[in-house]
Amino acid sequence: MARRSVRIKDHWGEQRLFVGRVIFALVALVSLTALVGARLFWLQVVRHGYYADLSQGNRVRTDPLPPDRGVIFDRQGVVIAENRPAYQLELTPEQVSNAPDTLARLAAIGLLEKEQLPGLERLIKGSRPFQAIPLRLSLSDDEIGRFAVHQHEFAGVEIATRLARWYPFGASAVHALGYVGAISEEDLKHIDRDAYAGSAQIGKIGLEATYEQVLHGTAGYRQVVVNAQGKRVERVGSGFIHLETKPAHAGNDLYLALDMKVQKIAEAALGSHRGAVIAIDPSNGDVVTLASTPTYDANLFTRGISTIDYARLRDDPDKPLLNRALRGAYPPGSTVKPMMALAGLEFAAIDPKATRLCHGTFSLPGSSHQYRDWRKNGHGLVDMRRAIATSCDVYFYALASLLGIDRVHETMTKLGFGQLTGIDVGGERPGLMPSPEWKQRTYKQVWFPGETVIIGIGQGYLLATPLQLAHAVAVIASHGHSFKPRLVVAERDATTGAVTKHAPEQQAEVVLNDPSYWDEIIGGMVAVSEPGGTAYGALHGTSYKIAAKTGTAQVFSLGAGDNANNDSKRAERLRNHAVFIAFAPADDPKLAIAVFIENGGHGGSVAAPIAKRIFDAYLLGKYDDAPVQDPTGPEAAAEEPR
Amino acid sequence: MLFEEDQSSTARRTLSASSRILRRLHLDGPLLASLAVVISYGLFVLYSATGQNLAQWLNQVERLGLAVGALLLLAQIPPPWLKRLSPAMYVLGILLLLAVTVAGTVGKGAQRWLTLGAFRFQPSEIMKLGVPMMCAWYLRERPLPPSTRDLILLGLIVLIPAALIAKQPDLGTAILVAAAGFSVIFLSGLSIWVMVAGLVALGCAVPVAWHFMHDYQRQRIITFLDPSRDALGAGYHTIQSQIAIGSGGVFGKGWTHGSQAQLEFLPERSTDFIFAVIGEELGFLGQMLLLAMYLVVIGRILYMASEAQDTYARLICGSLGLTFFVYVFVNTGMVSGILPVVGVPLPLVSYGGTSMVTLLSGFGILMSLYRHRKLVGS
Repeated sequence: MARRSVRIKDHWGEQRLFVGRVIFALVALVSLTALVGARLFWLQVVRHGYYADLSQGNRVRTDPLPPDRGVIFDRQGVVIAENRPAYQLELTPEQVSNAPDTLARLAAIGLLEKEQLPGLERLIKGSRPFQAIPLRLSLSDDEIGRFAVHQHEFAGVEIATRLARWYPFGASAVHALGYVGAISEEDLKHIDRDAYAGSAQIGKIGLEATYEQVLHGTAGYRQVVVNAQGKRVERVGSGFIHLETKPAHAGNDLYLALDMKVQKIAEAALGSHRGAVIAIDPSNGDVVTLASTPTYDANLFTRGISTIDYARLRDDPDKPLLNRALRGAYPPGSTVKPMMALAGLEFAAIDPKATRLCHGTFSLPGSSHQYRDWRKNGHGLVDMRRAIATSCDVYFYALASLLGIDRVHETMTKLGFGQLTGIDVGGERPGLMPSPEWKQRTYKQVWFPGETVIIGIGQGYLLATPLQLAHAVAVIASHGHSFKPRLVVAERDATTGAVTKHAPEQQAEVVLNDPSYWDEIIGGMVAVSEPGGTAYGALHGTSYKIAAKTGTAQVFSLGAGDNANNDSKRAERLRNHAVFIAFAPADDPKLAIAVFIENGGHGGSVAAPIAKRIFDAYLLGKYDDAPVQDPTGPEAAAEEPR
Repeated sequence: MLFEEDQSSTARRTLSASSRILRRLHLDGPLLASLAVVISYGLFVLYSATGQNLAQWLNQVERLGLAVGALLLLAQIPPPWLKRLSPAMYVLGILLLLAVTVAGTVGKGAQRWLTLGAFRFQPSEIMKLGVPMMCAWYLRERPLPPSTRDLILLGLIVLIPAALIAKQPDLGTAILVAAAGFSVIFLSGLSIWVMVAGLVALGCAVPVAWHFMHDYQRQRIITFLDPSRDALGAGYHTIQSQIAIGSGGVFGKGWTHGSQAQLEFLPERSTDFIFAVIGEELGFLGQMLLLAMYLVVIGRILYMASEAQDTYARLICGSLGLTFFVYVFVNTGMVSGILPVVGVPLPLVSYGGTSMVTLLSGFGILMSLYRHRKLVGS
């Protein structure tokens, strides 16, 4: 049989074997415990600082404290832009796993529009993950209710109460104030994100944009303890660190030169016309009125304008979004005649007392082309004063031709044509003061003498904004003293309450060879509002003297056979523009005005009454805001002065 | 003099009176005392780790009462009964594990629970005691070290339930059950060379095991190797746990003052990751103190094992001690980031009744085996 050992249980041997194993195990488990201990030592002693920082970062979150935007007051201290609490829909990117899906679902319950989604998605991508992004700036009660029902489906989306911009006057003065809107992806590229942490709105246009730096202020922050879900919790225990808070620094308040009472008068007087009114204090450049119609409600934008509303404004043929006062460049028409006269005097081209026979047409020497006067048979014998008062075209055709384009250019440029006035609200356009160089540059053509002739009556290439006209009138009214037009006259520091007045900014004075020339042309302008003048009908009966000039700018050039003045038969859009400039009182100018009405017809009958209403309001305190009767219609005379 | 003598004899009598009570109840004083210290420390930490939730804490105290009851009860069962019950318990455990795979309740993505009326329990817990008892029972009369045939059979006894549990899937419990069984084999005198060969074989088996693993288990291993790969997903536990421990420093942030734990950055703070709460709030010293207390408990158990009079008692006692250490090492290793995350609670400290009852039941058996010795010469 094979050797098969029968093993006998050896109790003592087994006991020894077991004890040996136990000792072996003890050594092993003590070493393994030491391994764990070493690991703990590494984490808690060697790397303690590193992990302490990480744990700190885990529980402390820095919440931004957005600053209060500065309030805007008019010259009487009336609030025209302020902040009101509004309910805002916000999304925090790091708490949302799938932002496009969340946005789509918000659109599905009607809180967002489909058209907004791509823009919002880009905005979310470009933002910091921990900062809440406003999706909607101002929710209605109904929308808040709708969101409340679905809130559980939208982790990371919350309704927050924030201050939102509010314009108590709504559509009034919107072209001066501008508006604020949601911070866009584009805005994010050029703002200091720390200063705008927590801010939902930014100035988009107008003063709100130009004075954004002043109005916005600086954001503060507050450190809060949060749990793993990112929810704010009260301090847990006393082992916690000191939490820092830095208060927000509110934006400064602005005081405007604008007088809302006068502004409302101007807007009411413009009524349903497309046009602009600018009124400037000649002694300091203060812009008392800056109106452009039609207008729109700025509050639409602060609420986050809907695509439909925006499309309606954008596509409106009357262009309510266009700031006609600053950006509308129009032929100034006959309102340039006093300035032409000034050039004539300055270059000694005319004797103001010398008369000239006006028989209705003007021709350049050696040319058969006839330049027609607005009065078919002419004005007879006119001197300079009378030429201004009756707006004689032939006199100024001849004068412009005599001066030549270079001298006309020089004087007009001194008065501010063809360049920015430097008003403290953005978006201004320079208009166009043509010159032979300009024509060569632009059209590669030489300047024709005939082009100088029509510039004499404010037609041709010459284009001016209503603001430029008002500014030029202010310069004339103050005998050459020029101030940069301004809306903002003072700032108030939000923290100290100290008001800093801005000094009027004087520009290069227009110096003439003989200061009496000012009185010469002002005399002509006064005659405009006197019997025989083109604006006598509209301006008579005032207790103060008005120096003025009417203008009727042609929309397109009429052939000799056309009846230039029978506006009512023409499509409304082809009617002449009505222009009017004035300042009053003539002997002590307090206000210089330019009124421009697109396709308004005649400056004397349509634009002049608007200016008179503003003078009455500003100089006499007569605030009658009934709309000016629309004088256009069949009763308008066949022959109206330019 | 007389008075002094009288006093010292009174003291001796009092001491022997309490030890008599313990002996009558078949309990071991030193082990009971060290367990009481660990459990008290655990309850102290648990109150903070539950976010100072008194209801939850009382719930744990209630389960502790149940577990102590199980300990007292099992300590009264005479060793021969235990020995006889061992195979029955093992077979019952296997049957229940099979039942679970057919009719078990799914909880947290794993099929672990068996519902009997209003009572839900995990059959895998039975195997934590059933497997070592079965192994010890198998070896009770056999000469040691075991023969190759014995080893193969023992291997099957251990691996069949372990595989069933791993399949549920519950890797943590499977490891503990296997550890309990293999510790018996180790203590029975398994050749060191066979162990080394086994480890090498295990290394080769890793790719095979990888193939059979569930995605989440693979993920845990990948995450263990590089937690920052998925810092907000699977790596979150590991990273937050290390932040909690590391930020505690030597002395900790103070009881109930741990921000990671109290603000819930630390997941599973009252269960599997409670060791990180200790690290954060009581610091390096607090953790080392607990580890030292565990070593005292284990040391006492191993002493009791070496005092045992037969193979069965010796192997079971020793195995319970070693398994207890595996619990401690796997949990603290996982929490401190030297082992991958497997669902193993910190023994006697983590919130949860099942593990507490199983552990104290084991200690009850241990005390019964120790206290039912025939005390020769005393």
